[in-house]
Amino acid sequence: MKEFNGPVLFLDRSDINTDEIIPARYLTEISKEALRPHLLEDLVLEEFDPRADIAGKRVIVTRSNFGCGSSREHAPWALEVNGITVVIARSFARIFRQNMFNCGMLAIELPEAAIEQLFSRFAGRPAEVEMDFPNSRLTFRAGAEEAVVPFVISDFDRKLVESGGWVDFADSHYA
Amino acid sequence: MGKTIAEKIFESHLVDRPTPDTWVLRLDAVFCHEITTPIAINDLIARGKDRVFDPARIKAVIDHVTPAKDGKTATQGKILRDWARRHGILDFFDIGRNGVCHALFPEKGFVRPGYTIIMGDSHTCTHGAFGAFAAGVGTTDLEVGILKGVCAFRSPATIKISVNGTLPAGVFAKDVILSIIGRIGVNGATDKVIEFHGPAVADMTMDERMTLCNMAVEAGATCGICPPDATTVSYLWPFIEEEFPSPQAALEACARFLPDADAPYERIIAHDISDLAPQVTFGFKPDQVRPVAEMAGTPVDQVYIGSCTNGRLADLRVAAEVLRGRRIHPHVRGIVSPATPQIYAQALEEGIIATFLEAGFCVTNPTCGACLGMSNGVLAEGEVCAATTNRNFNGRMGKGGMVHLMSPATAAASALAGSIANSELYKV
Repeated sequence: MKEFNGPVLFLDRSDINTDEIIPARYLTEISKEALRPHLLEDLVLEEFDPRADIAGKRVIVTRSNFGCGSSREHAPWALEVNGITVVIARSFARIFRQNMFNCGMLAIELPEAAIEQLFSRFAGRPAEVEMDFPNSRLTFRAGAEEAVVPFVISDFDRKLVESGGWVDFADSHYA
Repeated sequence: MGKTIAEKIFESHLVDRPTPDTWVLRLDAVFCHEITTPIAINDLIARGKDRVFDPARIKAVIDHVTPAKDGKTATQGKILRDWARRHGILDFFDIGRNGVCHALFPEKGFVRPGYTIIMGDSHTCTHGAFGAFAAGVGTTDLEVGILKGVCAFRSPATIKISVNGTLPAGVFAKDVILSIIGRIGVNGATDKVIEFHGPAVADMTMDERMTLCNMAVEAGATCGICPPDATTVSYLWPFIEEEFPSPQAALEACARFLPDADAPYERIIAHDISDLAPQVTFGFKPDQVRPVAEMAGTPVDQVYIGSCTNGRLADLRVAAEVLRGRRIHPHVRGIVSPATPQIYAQALEEGIIATFLEAGFCVTNPTCGACLGMSNGVLAEGEVCAATTNRNFNGRMGKGGMVHLMSPATAAASALAGSIANSELYKV
């Protein structure tokens, strides 16, 4: 499995689309690594500076309908090559969510109240997440502040993460 | 309990249920283009699994950037082309025969009622117009589809939208789908299938139904599906006439994919379009929709008519009707991209291309190009485009550009006016 522990980036907006995550002008790249400098390059968000804010982050916490729009798997890849393996949101667009799990990464949906609490307690602070995957628990920490957040993912998505993604799963299950 | 269209298709294609909510389906077709497929091909090669499940069920096209604009896009085309040749994929469409995938593949008869189809492209939902389950997927799903001919989906909860009434003159399928997205929101059908029913849908041609289903994903839907009927069979007849003794027999065969009267819909929406006015988007999300009249006078720098939403013959005909004998505003750059060579040829024959040229439009080859700011009409910072496409995201057609989505009639009228305007086909 991939590394899921680390610092958090908060993106306080709903409907962040895949054109904002990785613009179409970079879809001519055929190496994932080439996407690295362009993650969230077109996202216009107050106090967000892609170059300074993405470095070193492992987890994104955001609002609803993250990853809507194009089917481009370049979006999860652009996250992955920047070290981001977990996105936590109120909800996701279907294709983006599936792409995350297909790559062995995590797209975790939390109730509105839980998302709201994470923003109010941890956004704007140097927050870190510790992942307890077997027990479906996230621990957020910033200074003395700590929150333990349970989460639910489908049994199938769990299998994908544990088997390293859909290609390996399908290869071992289907002729 | 009855079943929806998607449930019937799922049951007839079931391979495995690895968990109760997961359906692994056998695929009838895997569609490929040069943007999302090359990385899947390279990954298969790296894994030592450079194989395809069935070359006859794989269809491939170079459409997003064609002709290639630089070394990178040339390489993407080459990877797809070499792969198609290597595996005997006969339905591969290269330059001269290529067109926008979601216009080209239906035109070739590759989509049938009850089919399961995936493609590494979110607008694959277009093919639901034929009563198929067609879903956009990422490159990993595509890769497994190419290798194994299967794809996994969650149970298909369905929203039924009854489009009631008759379309007023000058109002089109594009206005209908924009009004629906405006009503239910960009998140309104996430993880759901939309079934489009009602007399207005029954009255629509296949071109119009494709426009309707094309934008289902802009409301988050996995697929938009129209029940197959005599219009569907009549469109497909040249491709299926050897399989059925009569169109009536083909229609009866489709009936097994029609929804039951007591099908379990998660939500039923009645959407009346008798008083619908032409619609246009105003922000950076496709659900930010209002009547054209409320946006009238907004200056535009470019007008783009084309794409998998509205680059078909019916779309070009309507735009030409608005443009005929007139010149577009001197400050407007007009671009039209007929979606396929066949559409282009037919438009030439009908004098539509001449009308566009006389009006001052640039006519490009069939390509997705400008719709996603990859080629053939990228916007500069601060520029505004009136477009018949499907996405108005910030930067979609070029960084710092603004896109207003609308019907071909409205786009043509806006090109004449130099600003967003209702066409004269629409009488208030």
